[in-house]
Amino acid sequence: MRVFAELSYWQQTTLRSVGVLLAVLLPAGAFVQLFLFKLVSFMHNRLGPNEAGPKGSLQLLAEVGKSLQKEDIVPEKADRVLFKMAPYLVVASVLLVYAAVPFGPDAWFTNLDVGIFYILAVSSISVIGILIAGWASANKYSLLGGLRAAGQLIAYELPMVLAVVGVVIQAGTLNLQGIVGAQANGEIFGFGGLGNPFVLTQFIGLAVFMIAMQAELTQTPFDMPVAESELVAGYMTEYSGLRFLLFFIGEFASAGAFAAVAATLFLGGWYLPGLSLTADYMNVVGPLVLFGKMLVLGFIVFWVRFTFPRLREDQLQRFAWTVLIPISLLNILATATLKVVF
Amino acid sequence: MTLTQRDELRAYAHHATDARVNVELETEGMTLNIGPQHPATHGTLRIVAKLDGEQVIAAEPITGYMHRGYEKLVEVRTWPQINTLVNRIDWVGSFSNEVPFILACEQLMEIEAPPRARAIRTILFELARIANLVLFAGDMALQLGAQTAAMYAFRDREYVLNLLESASGGRFHPNFDRIGGLKDDLPKGWIDDTRAALVKIREFCDEMDLLVTGNEIFEARTRGVGIIPADVALSYGLSGANLRASGIDWDLRRDGGISGLAYDDVDWKVWTHPDGDCFARYWVRLQEIREAAHITEQLLDKLPAGPIMAKVPRIVKVPAGEAYVETENPLGAMGFYVISAGDLGPFRVKIRTPSFNNISVASWVMRGVYVPDIVTILASLYFILGDIDR
Repeated sequence: MRVFAELSYWQQTTLRSVGVLLAVLLPAGAFVQLFLFKLVSFMHNRLGPNEAGPKGSLQLLAEVGKSLQKEDIVPEKADRVLFKMAPYLVVASVLLVYAAVPFGPDAWFTNLDVGIFYILAVSSISVIGILIAGWASANKYSLLGGLRAAGQLIAYELPMVLAVVGVVIQAGTLNLQGIVGAQANGEIFGFGGLGNPFVLTQFIGLAVFMIAMQAELTQTPFDMPVAESELVAGYMTEYSGLRFLLFFIGEFASAGAFAAVAATLFLGGWYLPGLSLTADYMNVVGPLVLFGKMLVLGFIVFWVRFTFPRLREDQLQRFAWTVLIPISLLNILATATLKVVF
Repeated sequence: MTLTQRDELRAYAHHATDARVNVELETEGMTLNIGPQHPATHGTLRIVAKLDGEQVIAAEPITGYMHRGYEKLVEVRTWPQINTLVNRIDWVGSFSNEVPFILACEQLMEIEAPPRARAIRTILFELARIANLVLFAGDMALQLGAQTAAMYAFRDREYVLNLLESASGGRFHPNFDRIGGLKDDLPKGWIDDTRAALVKIREFCDEMDLLVTGNEIFEARTRGVGIIPADVALSYGLSGANLRASGIDWDLRRDGGISGLAYDDVDWKVWTHPDGDCFARYWVRLQEIREAAHITEQLLDKLPAGPIMAKVPRIVKVPAGEAYVETENPLGAMGFYVISAGDLGPFRVKIRTPSFNNISVASWVMRGVYVPDIVTILASLYFILGDIDR
């Protein structure tokens, strides 16, 4: 880390930018290759991609290449500026989320004191991009998809925030690095060997967070904005080529981003019991640990996605307001009470 | 007051409450054109839906984008050639299309297929039903967003298609039924293969029960959605599982009094459901897959020996006259009204296809539902485009 500190400002910035891009694209690519290509094929009882590269491992490159070759079509009646801007907004929101996630004791892009607050705020920007895409496409299916995404935001954002509040109360900080530290230094009934990953105490919070995350990522059973049997492809209907690819990357990169946030909040982040919390080698091992935890959570997300049917928009609203929000409020109450008692 | 009127009044009251909001906000409806190319219509059906937000005010199905003029085409074909054409009406359960046409011809010629041909014909009829309804079960899940169940359906449908292929040579279009019997006898080992495949089909039904039927989301999306009361179902001329899901116990296999099939020799049951909603239609069809497997197994047990073809002249000439035969096809009651002038080909053929009537109820049942329910209702009414437009 001393090497990094000696670099000049522009060199640090460049390295940080490359790092964020890697942090976004590597998990996104891994999720697509592992889950969308291979896991789903296994679940569907079919082969999946197996021609491009050994065991289909280069399929991802083929898909990207295919998308780049396609014509970038803008519909005649579309609002050109907004139409072209929308996919970048979606991807930008994911980049901003990764900027605040810690990967090791010193491996972070920014160490904000209000990290989790910031993440919850910027992650909602992607919905604006989706809404813009739906509106600017001048297509009724896109419009319905965009509006559904906006309606969905109201349903899941509140439970997600409330689920995080429990963790924040227990850790006593909004700083993600602090939350990781609180879990690493915690004790289970006086036994400190394993730390205290918050999944043990905040399991309700984790469940609510995962459900809200499923909705945020527009994965089945909450994929109404892109419901392909109803709305063709929802807000993405009119997009092609690179812009479609950006939406696609945005979808899977935000799956990775939310998995990273959930792993940090509930599974101890980059820390693993038995490893050091401050040593330099954790800047290399930490990201791998975090990535492993992300894969576990990502697996659950895609497992649910490929198993369940889709809910209806009004059913999601009812579910969010009558089940998720009361449960997470009770969770906050219980957490706060126990925090005061112990 | 009938159920229909009460429903209608309820819909009006519902719209009246919405109307106040609409006047205050000055909203206006949106016309959404679903189709002719749309994933939910699996073919070229077009639905013009007037929407108020996500709610459907009125929806009208428009057909005719795939009209192939079969009724006219058969007039310039000879009797044996027509088989090839009618195969392509309901392309998912092709063999079942041949049966009513062949039976109508047999009725006019006053010949009867030998017992073995009748039994095998019934077996293949039921296998076509399985091939059709297995696809329905998967498609229903797919339209609701559950992809995995759809893949399982395609996987297990393959077992049945392989059987049809090994018997007739054609996976999709067997073209196996002949006036007076069947083209060939069954190949060697076919009966054992069929028994093995039926086990797989039963497993598929159990798998669907585990994966889809009991799923809370599936039930929330289908129960109470798209309710068709019995009187409406009858007045729109629904048939098949759509009618039985509305609680009407009517099955042409039992009630049709058809001589050329072997349903009277076996012990089976007609499934009905009192609810008339999308779930009922799904459930009835799932039971029908099991029942079809049950019928087939019994027929395989007591397959009579003997010839496969009655004595039919080399050049088929159907004597002048008229005949109408209706059979219980996978999609519903399919009928052929055949008029012969004693020539090499028919004078006129009118085809009554079940999907055409089944889809006509869509405009009635889709008022007041939400946009996602359009897809659920279409999937549960279960139509094949070729069967609507022929």
